[in-house]
Amino acid sequence: MRSFISQSRGFNYWRRKATNTVMSGVMILSALLTVGLLFAILGYIMLQGVSALSLDFLTQLPKPVGEPGGGMANAIVGTMVLVAIASGIALPVGILAGVYLSEFGRNRLGTAIHFVTDVLTGIPSIAVGIFAYALIVLPMRSFSAIAGGVALAIIMIPIVTRTTEEMLLLVPGSLREASLALGIPEWRMILRVVVPTAGAGITTGVMLAIARAAGETAPLLFTALGNRYWHTDLWHPIAALPLQIFTYAIAPYEDWHAQAWAGALVLVALVLLLSVAARIVGRERYIR
Amino acid sequence: MKLFGERPVNAGDAAFRLIALVFGLMVVGLLLVIILQLTSGAWIAITTFGLGFLVESTWDPVAREFGALPLIYGTVVSSLLALLFAVPVSVGAAVYLSEYAPDWLRTPVSFLVELLAAIPSIVYGLWGVFVMVPIVRSYIEVWLQERLGFLPLFQGPPYGLGMLAAGLILAIMILPIITAVSRDVMRAVPDTQREAMLALGATKWEVISRAVIPYARSGIVGATILGLGRALGETMAVTMVIGNRSEITGSLFGLAQTMASAIANEFTEATYDLYTSSLIELALVLLGVTVLLNAIARLLVWRVGGGPVGGRRE
Repeated sequence: MRSFISQSRGFNYWRRKATNTVMSGVMILSALLTVGLLFAILGYIMLQGVSALSLDFLTQLPKPVGEPGGGMANAIVGTMVLVAIASGIALPVGILAGVYLSEFGRNRLGTAIHFVTDVLTGIPSIAVGIFAYALIVLPMRSFSAIAGGVALAIIMIPIVTRTTEEMLLLVPGSLREASLALGIPEWRMILRVVVPTAGAGITTGVMLAIARAAGETAPLLFTALGNRYWHTDLWHPIAALPLQIFTYAIAPYEDWHAQAWAGALVLVALVLLLSVAARIVGRERYIR
Repeated sequence: MKLFGERPVNAGDAAFRLIALVFGLMVVGLLLVIILQLTSGAWIAITTFGLGFLVESTWDPVAREFGALPLIYGTVVSSLLALLFAVPVSVGAAVYLSEYAPDWLRTPVSFLVELLAAIPSIVYGLWGVFVMVPIVRSYIEVWLQERLGFLPLFQGPPYGLGMLAAGLILAIMILPIITAVSRDVMRAVPDTQREAMLALGATKWEVISRAVIPYARSGIVGATILGLGRALGETMAVTMVIGNRSEITGSLFGLAQTMASAIANEFTEATYDLYTSSLIELALVLLGVTVLLNAIARLLVWRVGGGPVGGRRE
């Protein structure tokens, strides 16, 4: 503070002005670098992926090593199956936990659950994979789609819980009061008025959670395992897009690398579409 | 919610409340069950090696020796490297978003930063292996070696793969979360703080460096710790670029291995119980550290924001 008053236009003035200009430049450059990286990565995936993408890629099974062509249809379907299983578990649990936090959780227990949920969002996905392995793969003696789905569900639950809570809290008190005044019990008010009002916001959270789960690889390594053919049933190994990309990327074959890029393009397109759609669905709810 | 004092207790209300509570508790239970399950899986390793597991430096499945030090070293060094690269850039980007960006630019740029967070880690890995690693090998490492090759940090053959590549890819991956959370805590700094500085004749940079950043400091530290937690547990991208060799080289060019990458690489190949159990213990250590870091980070971020704040995808 010392120098602000004493000399108004001396050396100090110019030094401060210069520092200000330089630092402003640095901040702008940082932002540009961050956004630039996004475009560099997306651009490269587009470039590489589009040339390898074809109808076959989306509709065919992988060909044996050395044979050209083939695709990842089984992996695309596999990812959808895994995400469906995960959603089947995570949505009821996540949404009801969110309801608890928003409607009944304004107390110590609620704060504690809220806190644990936040912590849960940060646990390493590889640890979740091992957990699902020990929980399901070991007792069932088989890698399976179910195990993979459970692992992904654990990743989705905290995301769904937290967004549901946030969105329910945005529902105005007047709506709640109006419905209670009409004489319906609290539980019906929550299920018929509060939750539907926050519907768009909750959908946003669900879509973000699905986007996250669809891209996860580490939890599937020891659960879904991957499969070069169509899966037979949910208790056996199943292919997943991220797993297939991983296998293809670390293999020493040029045409597999091309397929990995195409897979990455499909995956990124899926994830980004979900993220953007989530944003649009939830737009009005985001005005705070 | 009690609006009318004495309402007759509705059986449906009580039941619904109970159901919601059960699901709420389920989330907490989940964390406990994960910790218990991993502990029981790691029990053989825990009882065999004790604390030696964390300080022994030989990780040799063939000799049945499991000392996690090289993996802990790989994890810690790659993550710290990532913070070193990522924190200045993301705090800069956050300052830009919070203090400089005009309204019409703030929303789209924030959105782009969030998209960067939405890209799956396997895609970062793919990009890392085929785009970043060649650049690191042919330009960055060659350049560093020519100028700073006398330092032990920059010795050894430039593979491209290795600690430096892992640090760089992790830095890119944790940029969005640090940026998003820092931006949020900076937005939470009261305008009166800024106005007071401006009234004293401060320049914009002085407002930022002496009012905004000090006020938001614990939140920024929290954001950094969240980023660190991410980096420590990150698996796929690191596995693809770090070279996967369990040794301590002391050079940034050296091939290394992190706890997460060791699990990803070796778990399905673990042929005997002690091996599997040791890998599970790695997961347990990783889980413990990240849970602790996340807890600290959340508390720090809450302190600034006066409540939970954060990026959309935390």
